[in-house]
Amino acid sequence: MLHLTINGKPIEVPEGTTILEAARMNSIDIPSLCYLKDTNVIGSCRICVVEVKGAKTLQASCVTQAAEGMEVFTNSRIVRESRKVLYELILSDHDKDCLFCKRNQSCELQKLGIQLGVERSRFEGDRSTRKVDVSVSITRDLSKCILCRRCVSVCNKIQQTSVLNTQNRGFKTEVSPAMNLPLGAVNCTFCGQCTVVCPVGALKETSATEKVWAALNDPTRRTVVQVAPAVRVAIGEEFGLPAGTRCTGKLASALKELGFDDVFDTNWAADLTIMEEGTEFLGRVKAALTGGAASLPMITSCSPGWIKYIEHNYPEQLSHLSTCKSPHTMMGAIVKSYFAKNENIDPKDLFVVSVMPCTAKKFEIERPEMQNGGFPNVDAVLTTRELAEMIHSAGIDFATLRDSAFHNPLGLSSGAADIFGVTGGVMEAALRTVYELVTGRELPFDKLHVTPIVGLDQVKDAAIRIEDAKPEYAFLNGVDVRVAVTSGFAGARKLMDQIRAGASPYHFIEIMGCPGGCITGGGQPRSDDPEIRQKRMAALYDEDESKVMRKSHENPVIQKIYAEFLGQPNGHLSHELLHTHYTRRGVYNQMTEEVYVVDFKASPEVKPVYAPAAVGELARARAGTQESPRVMALEAENAMLRAELAETQDTVSVFKRIIQERNTLH
Amino acid sequence: MPDRTAALTEQKRSDYHEIGDLIDLYFKGKQGCLIQVLHTAQGLYGYLPLELQQYIADKLELPLSEVSGVVTFYSFFSINPRGEHTIRVCLGTACYVRGGKKIIDHLIQKLGVEVGGTTADGKYTFEIARCIGACGLAPALMIDDVVYRQMSPSKVDSVLATFQ
Repeated sequence: MLHLTINGKPIEVPEGTTILEAARMNSIDIPSLCYLKDTNVIGSCRICVVEVKGAKTLQASCVTQAAEGMEVFTNSRIVRESRKVLYELILSDHDKDCLFCKRNQSCELQKLGIQLGVERSRFEGDRSTRKVDVSVSITRDLSKCILCRRCVSVCNKIQQTSVLNTQNRGFKTEVSPAMNLPLGAVNCTFCGQCTVVCPVGALKETSATEKVWAALNDPTRRTVVQVAPAVRVAIGEEFGLPAGTRCTGKLASALKELGFDDVFDTNWAADLTIMEEGTEFLGRVKAALTGGAASLPMITSCSPGWIKYIEHNYPEQLSHLSTCKSPHTMMGAIVKSYFAKNENIDPKDLFVVSVMPCTAKKFEIERPEMQNGGFPNVDAVLTTRELAEMIHSAGIDFATLRDSAFHNPLGLSSGAADIFGVTGGVMEAALRTVYELVTGRELPFDKLHVTPIVGLDQVKDAAIRIEDAKPEYAFLNGVDVRVAVTSGFAGARKLMDQIRAGASPYHFIEIMGCPGGCITGGGQPRSDDPEIRQKRMAALYDEDESKVMRKSHENPVIQKIYAEFLGQPNGHLSHELLHTHYTRRGVYNQMTEEVYVVDFKASPEVKPVYAPAAVGELARARAGTQESPRVMALEAENAMLRAELAETQDTVSVFKRIIQERNTLH
Repeated sequence: MPDRTAALTEQKRSDYHEIGDLIDLYFKGKQGCLIQVLHTAQGLYGYLPLELQQYIADKLELPLSEVSGVVTFYSFFSINPRGEHTIRVCLGTACYVRGGKKIIDHLIQKLGVEVGGTTADGKYTFEIARCIGACGLAPALMIDDVVYRQMSPSKVDSVLATFQ
């Protein structure tokens, strides 16, 4: 243990503790901005500077380790003044259009200004890049970026996708993909974890709220909404409810009050997914064990970020993916076929909205594979954050709403569907059904939870021995079904490298793109609660256990749709509506022509003078949105000439004044 | 969609085999060798286009965003082909005051490229220099290693004529 004083208060901390953590452990808050515990510890913003007795300069407390006998001052005059200046310097290259910013009042920079007591912004001058890059999922507004590099750390260290990094140098530094290409043109998975950690409005989901409001206000449109499982245990946080509050009933009520005609539950489609995926799995295992050809392990396909990841990084392994669409696109396909037919509506008059904890789902619905009969399965995806914004904006007092239920028939679901939202959940749900289908007995685990694959470890696995199988599954007798579960791309990489090397011992793998699964997806509320994953996970398991119906195949609406409409799982109609295929992309998108760029431009009011055109040109050419280089050059020249003119006029007036003064003297 | 990888890789392999061989020989597995590799590659090919950066990223098993981050950080690295000759117009204080800007405007017009660019025929790369230490000769410009003194638009024309 080390002994030091902070602001005269003697404290004791373990060796290796930084000053910042030491202070926070002892009820002293040092303001910080770029710091993200265990993830972004680089001391780049300097806001957390403190005075250390004997040190020549102020020290960034997030990267300075506490030492024996150290005397630290976090609140001295010089520290307070320095922080303010540092803050003002950050502001000098930041768009201060806070009133129109999506992060207004949820901005960490804004909160910091209040905390520091900053009352002015003295430094005005040149502004660096003001590029706006809109992809189908994520919008980057570089005029707001403060170069804290949190997104770079998340992208490189946590997800290991390494799409974002710093490009250029000095004043021209920007956080961008390679060669400043637009996000939609590179191997970004759209997982959106960068949008969760961005302290300001530089990284956010590409908004779909206007599109949804338009549909809600259009009397000719029948609006259908569905909600993913993870949304119900997180949205409450946006309305001041404690993390992990289950809000399923309030959520259904809020959606009805917003004016959606049909409020369905993606959970229902999760049950459908289990029927399709479970059947597909059994088919593959049977083929493999009875001498046929089949790609094993089979890997889940619910997470569109994960799908894009494998398409870029392991394009030769796509046959391992289940051909099942993700639950919300299955729902969309069913709404625009079965439901439309039953209700006697033309699918073109239906507008299907999915509320998802996910930014990648916005990309998923744009995929050419996700349409049937000329209609997209889903018309718009809202993130949890966007829905909260709409509920606020509609004046609905979410926290005090009464509970209500989802509409029938596509609102009824089993507990197995709830846990789709947490890592390990899809696998557990599948096992509950598959095991029972094969043996006729319930899955032999306490409360049906497959304990080895529950929890937040990066890679988890389990083996389930099949004995006494029903006659038609006799080929499985004595077989240990080996399953693995991971979330986040770092874990996915491990399992995929194993598969690539031909060394995977597994039959079935669940992979979710975001660490922890959908509960901490890229579209979820931003939280500074270190226990956030545990709280949301516990809420989903509670949701599951609170239901009488715990297994997907017991869902009567699922049984009905097979009887009335689909025939059987993996049948002809299922394949048409509920299954898909994948696109080989490659790390550099070299295998496909598809790009997902919506807009890519530098803000028109500012042009760098004498910009070397080539860097931006390449990207703009890829993006397909363009101003000619000549026009840009002319504008740049114009700006420069104007500046020169102003300068000359200033000089002339100075001389005039001097001459005048001399004249009056004589 | 036709699979373009195989062809692309083949193309890259033949285009960039020299740097590929050097990486295999000297650099593979060595921590922190990226800058050396980039220097070598620029020496071999004159500049570092996206495809070459991709090739190097693959070879060294580094993310492209990191390779590009280094390439765009150091002004020595060029992502565009360099011209046969490099024109550097001085914009130090003296040259600026004596009309360096006019020389630049004239060259933008005459060469049809912006500052930092290379002419379509690959003849000239056009850059700005910050004081070349020849203030007495202002406004000055350099073509490759030679300094040209007291330039005016018409003098620029006659100098360039000698390069035809």
